[in-house]
Amino acid sequence: MKRVQFEHSPLPYLFIAPQIIIIVIFFLWPAGQAIYQSFLLEDAFGLSSKFVWFRNYKDTIFSDAWLQAAGFTIVFSTIVTVLSLGLALLLAVKANEVLQGARTYKTLLMWAYAIAPPVAGLMGNLMFNPLVGDMYKFMNAIGFDFDHKLDPWDASFVVILISVWKQVSVNFIFFLSGLQGIPNSVIEAATMDCKSSFRRFWTITFPLLAPTTFFLMVINITYAFFDTFGIIDTTTQGAPGGATNTLVFKVYQDGFRGADIGGSSAQSVVLMLMVLALTVIQFRFIEKKVHY
Amino acid sequence: MSGVKLTGVRKTYPNGAEAIRGVDMDIQSGEMIVFVGPSGCGKSTLLRMVAGLEGISDGEISIGDRVINKVSPSERDVAMVFQNYALYPHMTVRGNMSYGLKNRKMPKAEIDARVEEAAKMLKIDAYLDRQPNQLSGGQRQRVAMGRAIVREPQVFLFDEPLSNLDAKLRVQMRIEIKKLQRRMNVTSIYVTHDQTEAMTLADRLAVINEGRVEQMGAPMELYTNPRTLFVASFIGAPQINLIPVQFDGTHLVNGGLSLAGFADLPRDTDLVLGVRPDTLSVDAGGQFSVRVDLVEQHGGENLIYGGVTAAKDAEGEELEICLKADKEMLPSIDDSLTLGFDPATAFVFRKDTGERLK
Ligand SMILES: Nc1ncnc2c1ncn2[C@@H]1O[C@H](COP(=O)(O)OP(=O)(O)OP(=O)(O)O)[C@@H](O)[C@H]1O
Ligand SMILES: [Mg+2]
Repeated sequence: MKRVQFEHSPLPYLFIAPQIIIIVIFFLWPAGQAIYQSFLLEDAFGLSSKFVWFRNYKDTIFSDAWLQAAGFTIVFSTIVTVLSLGLALLLAVKANEVLQGARTYKTLLMWAYAIAPPVAGLMGNLMFNPLVGDMYKFMNAIGFDFDHKLDPWDASFVVILISVWKQVSVNFIFFLSGLQGIPNSVIEAATMDCKSSFRRFWTITFPLLAPTTFFLMVINITYAFFDTFGIIDTTTQGAPGGATNTLVFKVYQDGFRGADIGGSSAQSVVLMLMVLALTVIQFRFIEKKVHY
Repeated sequence: MSGVKLTGVRKTYPNGAEAIRGVDMDIQSGEMIVFVGPSGCGKSTLLRMVAGLEGISDGEISIGDRVINKVSPSERDVAMVFQNYALYPHMTVRGNMSYGLKNRKMPKAEIDARVEEAAKMLKIDAYLDRQPNQLSGGQRQRVAMGRAIVREPQVFLFDEPLSNLDAKLRVQMRIEIKKLQRRMNVTSIYVTHDQTEAMTLADRLAVINEGRVEQMGAPMELYTNPRTLFVASFIGAPQINLIPVQFDGTHLVNGGLSLAGFADLPRDTDLVLGVRPDTLSVDAGGQFSVRVDLVEQHGGENLIYGGVTAAKDAEGEELEICLKADKEMLPSIDDSLTLGFDPATAFVFRKDTGERLK
């Protein structure tokens, strides 16, 4: 067979060069560094290092602290994803029933998107401050013996609450626009075919929202894994006793606070592989069920 | 089967728009009623009120003996075919057709039987396992029909179901819908603004204007005996010729145009003379003289358009009229023709109220 050859001009490469350079400098290069360093053991002063194969992996991954963080991350991410998707969907469905074309209002809602996680964290921190925090006082007033500085459950509650609160608004916007994208007449046809609005939701609306839901699920899992770093850093910082350590936060703590570059690199490589696996699973098994 | 009865029905939208301003209608069982009227007159609103998709602000709608004002759309025993088909995109054709039956807890065997039968009848049995996006517009239209048919409802509702199809398919589907309706003998309400669809499908036609039924009756009755200027101008293609005139006691006059053969009309009142294009003919002793502007050859007949010499229309422009003639009749542009008509077949309306005087 004869291959068709096209004359290439170098111009297209020039156009994508900035993007490629950014990816190389800020992603590929550090990733390569992380992999390389995960095989090194540095002395306490960072003066010399030696190649130790998989020792860093063995030491960190089988440590209790890492397993605890992994467990917390999985539980935390699941709860944050499910809650922020579920709440947002509920709110969007309710809003969609009353919102007919109020465009300005919808645009204003989008502003919630602009809140950065650390800002959300700082606000949450203030609200749960034992001295001035309204939420702190409220939780104690309704009878909880609430202290997130000491109690792991309370601390988890705080980070989950803030993470969900921050993300619900974003999900809400996407769900709402997804709902508004469903043709009115399809919903009307369903109204004539099915009496129960609950059943209508699960048989018509929800399947038609599936592309949005799938997209948001991917976004939300990534958010819960990585972006919540800012929230944890500004609230509990993993305390008490590492109970609210996510894997990402632990990488940061061990690497920058603990100066264990090798161990922290090993952890980030493992994290990278976990996310890779998760993404493959999402696209392989869940996307098949999505009807575009 | 049961009929549909509307009594003093009104609809005011939340924004204050008065879409329906008092409609009374008695639709017999098995009858096919067509709503026609210009865009925005309230046809869809009225249909959707019967369907239950819009609330009823005032008045009463009943199907058979049952008042349905407060009955949910799914329990009214009506099925609707939407203009854009409104198929469920994530379900197969079979899923689309059986969805309403499943929700009514019908046994699976019966659902399958009904779906198969309807699919055969509509010639979509080969596509039952396809999704709507794998079908052509015409096939989707059939699926939408099928979804309504399997329900075996008391009333079919159609909101411009053919307007998204090309001209040829539209004619074909129109004939099929009529045959189907005859065979199933289901009371039907059909909304359209297409003249031909309205005339050919309807047992009775309701001409709607600004939220009111202007006139209701058999298509030919509306054509030959319109009660108002609006009905006369809306029914019939090509449109009726409308000539602004005044009565001087013996003649209808417009500028130099003077038409004999009329009596008992009010003087000093603006009137409108309506003459159907097919009642005009070329006649040397006729009363109109016309300068030809355009000849359209439609195959079996020709439509000749021309300006009436010596007369002006309401805006003071040249008065254009249309004549339906044999296909042999082929005048050249700017030829002069003399046209005659039988005054007995012409209508005279009051211009201000639209009321028909003759
Ligand atoms: N949801 C609504 N809210 C407010 N006004 C409405 C609404 N729907 C329709 N109207 C108004 O009610 C009137 C009747 O509308 P309707 O849709 O019944 O017209 P139609 O006769 O079906 O016209 P068309 O031939 O263009 O479909 C219009 O003046 C329209 O602007
Ligand atoms: Mg309409």
